[in-house]
Amino acid sequence: MTQAELPTSAEVMAIPTTPPPHHPEKWKWYDYFTFNIDHKVIGIQYLVTSFIFYLIGGLMALAMRAELATPASDFLSPDLYNAFLTNHGTIMIFLWIVPASIGGFGNFLVPLMIGARDMAFPKLNALAFWVTVPAGMLIMGSFFFGGAQSGWTSYPPLSVVTANTAQSMWILAIVLAGTSSILGSLNFIVTIWKMRVPSMAWDQMPLFCWAMMATSILALVSTPVLAAGLTLLLFDINFGTSFFDPAKGGDVVMYQHLFWFYSHPAVYLMILPIFGIMSEVIPVHSRKPIFGYKAIAYSSLAICLVGLFVWVHHMFTSGTPPWMRIFFTISTLIVAVPTGVKIFSWVATMWGGKIRYNSAMLFAVGLLAMFVFGGLSGVTLGTAAFDLHVHDTYYVVGHFHYVLFGGSVFGLYAGLYHWYPKMTGRMLNEPLGKVHFILTFIGTNLTFLPMHQLGLQGMPRRVAMYDPQFQALNQLCTFGSIVLGISLLPFLANAIWSWSRGPQAADNPWDAKTLEWTTASPPIIENWEVLPVLTEGPYAYGEEPAEASANT
Amino acid sequence: MQGTIESNSDLPTPLVETHGDAIDHGEHPDLRVLGLITFLCSEGLMFVGFFTVFLVYRAAAAAWPPEETEVELLLPAINTVILVSSSFVIHLGDTAIKKGDVAGLRKWYIITALMGATFLAGQVYEYMTLGYGLTTNLFSNCFYLTTGFHGLHVFIGLILILGVLWRSRREGHYGTEHHVGVEMAEIYWHFVDVIWIVLFTLIYILSVL
Repeated sequence: MTQAELPTSAEVMAIPTTPPPHHPEKWKWYDYFTFNIDHKVIGIQYLVTSFIFYLIGGLMALAMRAELATPASDFLSPDLYNAFLTNHGTIMIFLWIVPASIGGFGNFLVPLMIGARDMAFPKLNALAFWVTVPAGMLIMGSFFFGGAQSGWTSYPPLSVVTANTAQSMWILAIVLAGTSSILGSLNFIVTIWKMRVPSMAWDQMPLFCWAMMATSILALVSTPVLAAGLTLLLFDINFGTSFFDPAKGGDVVMYQHLFWFYSHPAVYLMILPIFGIMSEVIPVHSRKPIFGYKAIAYSSLAICLVGLFVWVHHMFTSGTPPWMRIFFTISTLIVAVPTGVKIFSWVATMWGGKIRYNSAMLFAVGLLAMFVFGGLSGVTLGTAAFDLHVHDTYYVVGHFHYVLFGGSVFGLYAGLYHWYPKMTGRMLNEPLGKVHFILTFIGTNLTFLPMHQLGLQGMPRRVAMYDPQFQALNQLCTFGSIVLGISLLPFLANAIWSWSRGPQAADNPWDAKTLEWTTASPPIIENWEVLPVLTEGPYAYGEEPAEASANT
Repeated sequence: MQGTIESNSDLPTPLVETHGDAIDHGEHPDLRVLGLITFLCSEGLMFVGFFTVFLVYRAAAAAWPPEETEVELLLPAINTVILVSSSFVIHLGDTAIKKGDVAGLRKWYIITALMGATFLAGQVYEYMTLGYGLTTNLFSNCFYLTTGFHGLHVFIGLILILGVLWRSRREGHYGTEHHVGVEMAEIYWHFVDVIWIVLFTLIYILSVL
């Protein structure tokens, strides 16, 4: 093709395409409810399904906060409180943040960003999504049997002696979600490794793909160990073995090691893709090249590597010998370094940029503030001497909600506002987005900041009843949680209304430079008529492109 | 834009020419073998988890295995010889199909399947004659769980081999160029074999020493 023959994107859409016989021109609404192998459909399936679970988990949290408004047990029965506590954590981790960030954004974006027509194994990809459906059904179904009672960590002996049927369903659900995660991860690794457009070198890959690569390696290494631990627990509960029964020679701490060998890296599974989203959103809306591309890319790999050797910091009070406490304190402090590298790189990217304060960018900047705070409280907790005092108090709850809500969920929102036009072909309403951000930011801080103080004063976590001296701060937290609950309304209204009625989105509404913006919004079924060729880097803002682009 | 959908004389054009009409899914080099190997790395780590549990409990125990739950070595040693040699047999099948010899593939894969079935039968016989069960003590917990989990993998490998045999009945399904399925079954079988060698060393030989 010569320059003169280049079609504009509108014409590209108008040219009668000749898709292969087994593909329709465009997916219909009901295709989203089937075993569809298009990575974009699967991405949206993950996002919508996990968002529904986010709402369910959120309602559980609101019910718990209502219970905690008074010191006595009056709103939920203690057993139901335990079940909500366990399943709120489980749902938010395994059915919201992990599937939304890895399954949702990862599937939708990775092939588009590297110039592939689909993932390496499309059928396996669809299978990975549909495996999470029975996982969700098992979790919801477990409530008919009282719900698992032993917290998302399911430490024995509590998990062996309470609600056996529900606990077994919980284990099966987690193993299914883990299987999905392994299948998805191997797909990402092979796709990113082998299916980039030939003109894209490793160091021209968008940083989101680097983050997905690191996430996938981590999931592949750590998830099977959790599966092993949970298998042993399942046998202890149902088949009379005694792996974790000290009376017969077993050891409960063994479970904790197996569990945290996965579940600490799981923290990075929940934040590395979000870091990837940050590295895309911030340069686009700052109109500046990313600061320290290689530093950000390699720090993802560094987090992935060091993150495998910090798990015992969850177990400082589990009779852990001093040499182990020292080793894991040091490794925990080291893992904060690559994270700091990223934070400084994003701040430096924004420095002197022409920042657009739209909803996506507001959530990204909000994440920076919240994550730095959560990261600092994480450093204090990673220090054994301090952790011994606040272990299992609300300080821990405050900390991990700052990194998981203020970090991961803010990042998911930033990604949703940023890529919604690409996913649906419609723009979201900006004023509603800003209202959503302000309510979320205020609600998050009101809910989780007082928890640090509660923890320092000694309020234990995971208990429905508490000493009356903690009531004032708890009511502040409960008030904050109501603000958080309300904050979802403008978002839901915005997302649902805009999907059909929002203004049409251009192919590249943000003037971004990564490959997903070179195709139509929403992308056509095989992503491009003709595969794109790289002419400049993914973040070359403010630099004259080598050649005028065909469809801007 | 990072990329454009054009090609011009300054840029290497083969990209567009070779990929321009490749609209269909699956028009990329076959990556299934790579995918399987990635999966097996992950699967192997689940065994590493079980082995670690076994070794840690072994280190902590006063007597390992305890007196009433000693392991038998002769039958598992025979089983080991069968499984390890089946890895060579299955490779002969792979070599045959690379020369286009479907009959050779079928012959060697049938022998492999028989050896795998013999291994499983031997394991069932061992379970029945050991005289203790899954719940007897911590050692027997570990023993049955790990060997059983491995046995499950042998069973899956056997199904994969039978699947290859079933498909090979169709004329021209496998040939010198098309034998990824054959190769994947073989890789899986080698994986099961390697895991068994580690398992045999840790659970049987270490327990007798």
